[in-house]
Amino acid sequence: MYDWHEIGALADIPRLGSRVVQTPHGDMAIFRAADDQVFALRDRCPHKGGPLSQGIVHGHRVTCPLHNWVLELDSGAAVAPDVGCATTYPLRLDNGRIWLGLNNVANLSPTVRETA
Amino acid sequence: MNKEQLILVGNGMAGMRTLEELLAIAPDRFDITVFGAEPHGNYNRILLSPVLAGEKTVDQIMINDLDWYAERGITLHAGREVIAIHRARREIEATDGTVARYDRLLLATGSTPFILPIPGNDLPGVIGFRDIHDVETMLAAAQTGQHAVVIGGGLLGLEAANGLMKQGMQVTVVHVLDTLMERQLDPAAAELLRAHLEERGLRFLMGANTAALIGEERVRAVHFKDGLEIPADLVVMAVGIRPNIALAKKAGIYCERGIVANDTLQTYDPRIYAVGECVQHRGQCYGLVAPLWEQARVCANHLARYGIGRYQGSVTSTKLKVTGVDVFSAGEFSGGPGCDEIVLRDQARGVYKKLVIKENRVKGAVLYGDTIDGSWYFQLLRENTDIGAFRESILFGQAHLGDAGHGGGNNVLAMPDTAEICGCNGVCKGAIVKAITAQKLFTLEEVRAHTKASASCGSCTGLVEQLLAATVGDYSKTSKEKPLCACTEHSHDQVRKTIREQHLTYLRAVFEFMEWKTPDGCHSCRPAINFYLLATWPGEAQDDSQSRFINERVHANIQKDGTYSVVPRIWGGVTNAKELRAIADVADKFQVPTVKITGGQRIDLLGIKKDDLPKVWADLNAAGMVSGHAYGKSLRTVKTCVGSEWCRFGTQDSTGLGVKLEKMTWGSWTPHKFKMAVSGCPRNCAEATIKDFGVVCVDSGYELHVGGNGGIKLRGTDLLCKVATENEAMEYAGAFMQLYREEGRYLERTAPWIERVGLGYVKARLVEDEEGRQALYARFLESQRYAQIDPWAERASGRVDAHEFQPLQQVG
Repeated sequence: MYDWHEIGALADIPRLGSRVVQTPHGDMAIFRAADDQVFALRDRCPHKGGPLSQGIVHGHRVTCPLHNWVLELDSGAAVAPDVGCATTYPLRLDNGRIWLGLNNVANLSPTVRETA
Repeated sequence: MNKEQLILVGNGMAGMRTLEELLAIAPDRFDITVFGAEPHGNYNRILLSPVLAGEKTVDQIMINDLDWYAERGITLHAGREVIAIHRARREIEATDGTVARYDRLLLATGSTPFILPIPGNDLPGVIGFRDIHDVETMLAAAQTGQHAVVIGGGLLGLEAANGLMKQGMQVTVVHVLDTLMERQLDPAAAELLRAHLEERGLRFLMGANTAALIGEERVRAVHFKDGLEIPADLVVMAVGIRPNIALAKKAGIYCERGIVANDTLQTYDPRIYAVGECVQHRGQCYGLVAPLWEQARVCANHLARYGIGRYQGSVTSTKLKVTGVDVFSAGEFSGGPGCDEIVLRDQARGVYKKLVIKENRVKGAVLYGDTIDGSWYFQLLRENTDIGAFRESILFGQAHLGDAGHGGGNNVLAMPDTAEICGCNGVCKGAIVKAITAQKLFTLEEVRAHTKASASCGSCTGLVEQLLAATVGDYSKTSKEKPLCACTEHSHDQVRKTIREQHLTYLRAVFEFMEWKTPDGCHSCRPAINFYLLATWPGEAQDDSQSRFINERVHANIQKDGTYSVVPRIWGGVTNAKELRAIADVADKFQVPTVKITGGQRIDLLGIKKDDLPKVWADLNAAGMVSGHAYGKSLRTVKTCVGSEWCRFGTQDSTGLGVKLEKMTWGSWTPHKFKMAVSGCPRNCAEATIKDFGVVCVDSGYELHVGGNGGIKLRGTDLLCKVATENEAMEYAGAFMQLYREEGRYLERTAPWIERVGLGYVKARLVEDEEGRQALYARFLESQRYAQIDPWAERASGRVDAHEFQPLQQVG
């Protein structure tokens, strides 16, 4: 049900860091946590559209660089007391390579995420 | 074991407060039954005035709804009045025949409005101002009637009159004396109050003796002894309250004006206690809320059989709850033999303040128009503080004391922890701050729920909000002994000390050694620790790029649209045609949307795309320019004026010194941004006295100023010292910066740092300790060896952090 795109190697993303993938659906922020789990979120904070890829990653969360909203990487949900949600996208990790699943229709928000 | 039976008669504020206190310390001691004459849960009677004025609804003033009683296993008989106490059988009897047995009985029957013994006082339309029913009657009358007469110009009468006026009635206040609120105000303040209320539309009949209320079916006029008659569709009697002692008296419990109780709130029958307005204690009956709370606390303690605490009477203060009118009164405001009065009167501003002083101690206070310092004066009064040291400025308020005010900022910050914030509930500043930090409170409602502060009359809401803001703070402020963030219990100072003592040089080592609660910290603690590591072990500590805020990671300032701004360093604000041409070429080549001159004498290129940054830097580097660190917690700019080279007033080469200072200090990381300036003469065109480190040149040398900033809280610098030579100025600058780097907390600018440690401390380290100063200066220069590498050149070369500037992939 997704088109899977190979976007690079795990090693291309620093631990507790993020890289951007440009897609027809807009920019995606690909995060790598300290435990090497990877996550994909639309690179727009639900608050004021800040680029989440530029934030500080901690645990399975990222802090937006503009106004310090904290979002859960797995669900995209803002941590209380803020309310909002960034769109998430599925990622697959296969032999050190990262694959990003994109739906044909923009703005669908599948929450399926697999890590190998 | 069967629990003991406790019966509370009176579902009002004092009784319920006693139960709350009791449940908090001995939740399982009693089976509790509550009888209340009113058919509601428990509500905040003080807030009836705002309900009448239409500023609050009945629901908003409910303290405990019916569920509250159920959840705590309390049986509530609302709307059932207790009519008899059979002390021998230890039983009470209610109107509907209910009989209940008690082991302990608590009387909190409150008071009733005093109704003048005049003809017509029982006509429909004549009421007191006591409960929700009265308020409903008044609101109904306001729908149909036009004229309201309030008899009594005291606190309650004026609140009632104000509320009825807000409901659209024409209100006349009748007062038997010549001044309003004579129990709280002196004639001068009373006169200001009357003039103000008249301006709002209230009418007053002063010195008027009511003779009779006229009417057939219901009241229609008020008749006075001098023959005057005025129309009245509603008459509110607010001439005082009488303790409600009928029940106790009938049961043979000893009463005078009120039910007589001792210091443990026990009546003459040891199984029966009494609290609230029905009580007479040491000859005193109280009609204000704060004494009731004090009584409740003591009484609960004795009911719980802890036997600690005595109620020894209360000193009271009052505030009038009429929106837009600030009146405060406490103690003996009318003075007496041996008393002095300090008075401030500003008719035009509508401000009047009077303090009654005896032997340099506050005995009473009356404030009108500006009551912000009421709680402070009240504290001085209760603690019997000797005010000799600040007597001459006492009327200007607490904010005026000393020179420690940070830009005249928050009053509440200057208060000691023991200062009382909420007079109603007796909550002091320390208790509120502790609750906010320990329970992690963020909202006013949470503070009310946890501490009761501002939960009664609400007049201290502003102070509580200030405290909340000051304690939770914005991210640029760190307060004493607070944990660095939610990831740890350790404070900034403890973390830094451990880094030094344990020789920790990388982030994970700190997390492990100090047992961090989260696996990799958060956006608050990681940048702080990274800074502490670098500042403590220059050249040795590992700089963790992922623990820096994005601006410091990519060496540019992120803007709201995700683009960046670039500010090249312009040494001392001096540039030339070649640099300007290079900047212009960059602006053309990269189609820079905005080019702006900054406040720090540099040029800002705004709206640059992230992937263009290395190319922009390469071009600027080629013209000899380096990063201006406009994005960093680091040295920003050294602002200068042209000085003796051109200016006819200049005394020294301020531009030259500025450039030297910037060459020495650029690239250094500091707890927060650090700005400098050098002015060539005391005209101070470079505004050196609002910088972190400022030099003002004079004919005989250089004045060195520290700890200033513009920003949210403007702070002028303190003069550190004066030196004779440029070299000394440089040494002081480096040493000052190093001291700040070693001891300032992350995100604490020099201004709050100096206020925290004191200018005296900074002088002791830098001015009085020459050896220490030189050592600091040496450490500064040493750490600069590792810091002065242009981050732009490194990245423009493509060898450092390339991943930061390129997208990982483009798909589709």
